[in-house]
Amino acid sequence: MINFQYLRTTSAKSALALLVKDKNSKFIAGGTNLIDLMKRGVTAPEKLIDINHVPLKQIELVGDKIIIGALASNTAVAESSLIKEKLPLLAMALNAGASAQLRNVATVGGNMMQRTRCGYFYDTEMPCNKRQPGSGCGAIGGFNRMHAIFGTSDKCIAVHPSDMCIALTAFDASVVLANNKTERKILFKDFHRLAGDTPQLDNNLKTDEMIIRLEIPTNNLGKNSHYLKVRDRASYAFALISVGAALEISNNRITDVRLAMGGVAHKPWRLTASENFLKGKEATVENFEKAAKLAMVDAKGFGENDFKLQMAPNSIIEALTVAKSKA
Amino acid sequence: MQSSDKESNQGDSRRDFLKKSSLITAIALTPSVAVKAAENQADERFAELFEKIPLNLTVNNKAYKTSVEPRVTLLDYLREELHLTGTKKGCDHGQCGACTVHVDGERVNSCLSLAVMNEGKKITTIEGLANGEELHPMQAAFIKHDGFQCGYCTPGQIMSAVACVNEGHTNSRAEISEYMSGNICRCGAYPNIVDAIVEVSKGGTKA
Repeated sequence: MINFQYLRTTSAKSALALLVKDKNSKFIAGGTNLIDLMKRGVTAPEKLIDINHVPLKQIELVGDKIIIGALASNTAVAESSLIKEKLPLLAMALNAGASAQLRNVATVGGNMMQRTRCGYFYDTEMPCNKRQPGSGCGAIGGFNRMHAIFGTSDKCIAVHPSDMCIALTAFDASVVLANNKTERKILFKDFHRLAGDTPQLDNNLKTDEMIIRLEIPTNNLGKNSHYLKVRDRASYAFALISVGAALEISNNRITDVRLAMGGVAHKPWRLTASENFLKGKEATVENFEKAAKLAMVDAKGFGENDFKLQMAPNSIIEALTVAKSKA
Repeated sequence: MQSSDKESNQGDSRRDFLKKSSLITAIALTPSVAVKAAENQADERFAELFEKIPLNLTVNNKAYKTSVEPRVTLLDYLREELHLTGTKKGCDHGQCGACTVHVDGERVNSCLSLAVMNEGKKITTIEGLANGEELHPMQAAFIKHDGFQCGYCTPGQIMSAVACVNEGHTNSRAEISEYMSGNICRCGAYPNIVDAIVEVSKGGTKA
């Protein structure tokens, strides 16, 4: 690992002041993705600002919103009785990600900031427009079994690997961001971005900003929710396909539904057309199948990942069926 | 361990050799930014880059006051500075769990934590688990249930297993497997490891 300067700070204000002083500096929280990338030579910040002591670890209900601080650990959120009761899909998604050791240090903000990435991004001998803009994409026409089927560009077909972000996208969460002058709030679904012509940018966080907290509206989707993660081994692997599904059913009619998918795009992928179709309909397998078909309208395989074109709709149907069956 | 006793009686041990060769590598990898800084005669910047950061932490109930380069991981600090080589370096990328230690009672991958991020923390390694000559129940259970073959992943498995029991994630064999998935065993001793954890979770195996 190339050496760097290390600074520790205890407030968001001082962290942001340090950040703008040096554009080659980065925040470090859990560090589980950043240190890995630094060891591999993918990134080499000159200065790390340790924000682990900044007091942004709250997990609380305020009015009709659940507030989660950017530095709450993945374990703290997944084990929180408030989250288990109000947003079980979020707890399920978190527990489906990484390992117990990683979840203990990985933070909510860090989970959002982990790079959208693939094997070519990690291999500094290979072309990658995300790591080195203009060098080409090794995955298009290469080994692309893990790669995207939605919203791809001719520059990058990597997927965002987070499970947590799938649940947050489904729940219409908001993210509060701050620079050293002001705060702004954006929808969670607008935090991450598609690759387009600038795959080096994973999200819309500005270089002088930090993530402060999440705000998640409470809902009645807790009971009939399920996070399905299909992967190469039973645990501790990235998703081939994951689906977060949540239903509110009354008199056998779907009154509210949320569907989001992981392992398929450069950002968490919300299935709005499928949701709109299901609203007001009966919660039957036939309708789930139609919704799954709608979700796949714009899907496109790249060869090795063509199996996802069938695995994705199957997973949607399975996730909805399991969610519905929960009593 | 027998092998380490043998090593120390043979002049240059394998570990000494590794230390020397890694020093040579470190010089070869002097960061380009530092070279650039030196060329610009930016002595202050140069000094700053190589500055060691003061570090106070407790390892296995012993307090250490030291200073380290920011890039030193907790794993390398434990092994290279404190010579606590029970904690293993497997993949060095958080994928295998061989480096698992407890930080303030919680299991973490020490390979993905910078030593300086652990200021003021209490670290427990495999060396700190036994009570004198009396093995920790989990160590005894691993022996009883033959929870290893080559043994390389074992310190990490045991540290992870102790945490798994403390967290209460031992309600079924499936739950244990799920919460132990961050520890890879290439010998495939998983069923026996789960047996050991089941026994300890029920209060068994006092050495």
